[in-house]
Amino acid sequence: MGVAVRLIPCLDVDAGRVVKGVNFENLRDAGDPVELAATYGAAGADEVTFLDVTASVDGRDTTYDVVGRTADTVFVPLTVGGGVRAPEDVDRLLRAGADKVGVNTAAIERPELISEIAHRFGSQVLVLSVDARRCGPDTVTDSGYEVTTHGGKKGTGIDAVEWARRGAELGAGEILLNSMDADGTTDGFDLEMIRAVRAVVDVPLIASGGAGTVQHFVEAAQAGADAVLAASVFHFGTLTIQEVKDAMREAGIEVR
Amino acid sequence: MTSPLVCVFDYGFGNVRSATRALEHVGARVVLTSDRTVAENAEGLVVPGVGAFEAVMTGLKEARGDQIVGRRLSGGRPVLGICVGMQVMFERGVEHGVESEGLDQWPGTVERLQTSVVPNMGWATVETPEHTALFRGIEDERFYFVHSYGARTFPLGTTEDTGRFAAPLVTWSTAGGDADADRFVAAVENGPLTATQFHPEKSGEAGLQLLRNWVATL
Repeated sequence: MGVAVRLIPCLDVDAGRVVKGVNFENLRDAGDPVELAATYGAAGADEVTFLDVTASVDGRDTTYDVVGRTADTVFVPLTVGGGVRAPEDVDRLLRAGADKVGVNTAAIERPELISEIAHRFGSQVLVLSVDARRCGPDTVTDSGYEVTTHGGKKGTGIDAVEWARRGAELGAGEILLNSMDADGTTDGFDLEMIRAVRAVVDVPLIASGGAGTVQHFVEAAQAGADAVLAASVFHFGTLTIQEVKDAMREAGIEVR
Repeated sequence: MTSPLVCVFDYGFGNVRSATRALEHVGARVVLTSDRTVAENAEGLVVPGVGAFEAVMTGLKEARGDQIVGRRLSGGRPVLGICVGMQVMFERGVEHGVESEGLDQWPGTVERLQTSVVPNMGWATVETPEHTALFRGIEDERFYFVHSYGARTFPLGTTEDTGRFAAPLVTWSTAGGDADADRFVAAVENGPLTATQFHPEKSGEAGLQLLRNWVATL
């Protein structure tokens, strides 16, 4: 018996409010990330992730407050990603109460950032978020996948599988692999991409993008994901955490 | 009866905020400080720790945490080490080939886990010993681990419990799957010194119950 495959609901937070609607009954305020994190924690979420999509500096201060209030009441791990550009940002989020911090664009621009964070805070705090898509006609990479920025709109020409491998080598403690092709489709995860990254990284791998049915989660775990992250299927009540876990357990996958 | 005072040792390593709130949640009064007098005299001392073994040891010594832990334990006053705060209770740690001295309360070495996916990250079951007080009522629960190193042996206390000196109660856990399983120490209950490799403050209801069990002994 080893560790269980984790289920991670992800909330987009802008200036202290959840954006990209959440449709739950029995919530006083469906826009309050603290309340939502607590709801997910009570429902059996193994971790909670906040993606901070705030653009303004003032808004970011609100994020720290939200992180702090969440850590005060929700006793499962909390990851916060978005806008992390320097070790100081990591320091602030950890002090506020985050357990792990997601890094994305800034690491593409300056890969040394990964080592700097890992050295100072340990690999276990650093989740390298890789937004990847299949290469279009104008791009060629060895794996056939490229890293994107700006929410999948801009290609970088960087091989996504190689980038994940290098990120782990530089000190990332986890890889969050988000398929920009599958994201929002509810047609299932990009299993081929999960397998390709699994084959080259030996840190935990979180699969993201495309979840629509319980079977999709099972497939992602079977393809080698150590954790599965999803947003809308949980937010809109299409699936509950418990339903997904039951299906995984039935398929012989260890869950909590 | 007033609730016991717990000092969470604040020396710059660890998610002290969560530990503080979780202990408050289970009824302790909590002070977050590195003040020596408070740390030595509180009814319970929590030694958190994340990051590298050597860095944690350096930080602890700078705050005189080594002396504080030593004085408390020689007087039978409870100490709870969490994560790297547990690892430093061992004789030594080896990270990236560099050997560092620990607080040496227990013999043994903290070394890299021997399994395919490292860090060992997530919720795992534990194998609790008979007569555990720490895991009472939560023996079959999962706890949240995040670590790349661990004590893969526990060389102390293999002799029988004589009734005068209780042998340390060691709880084990396993990283990796069937093919590459690696067993390591998940928790130790040894007189006034208690420690967990996992994070009780991040282990949901089960973790809170564990802290409640510990606070109840203070």
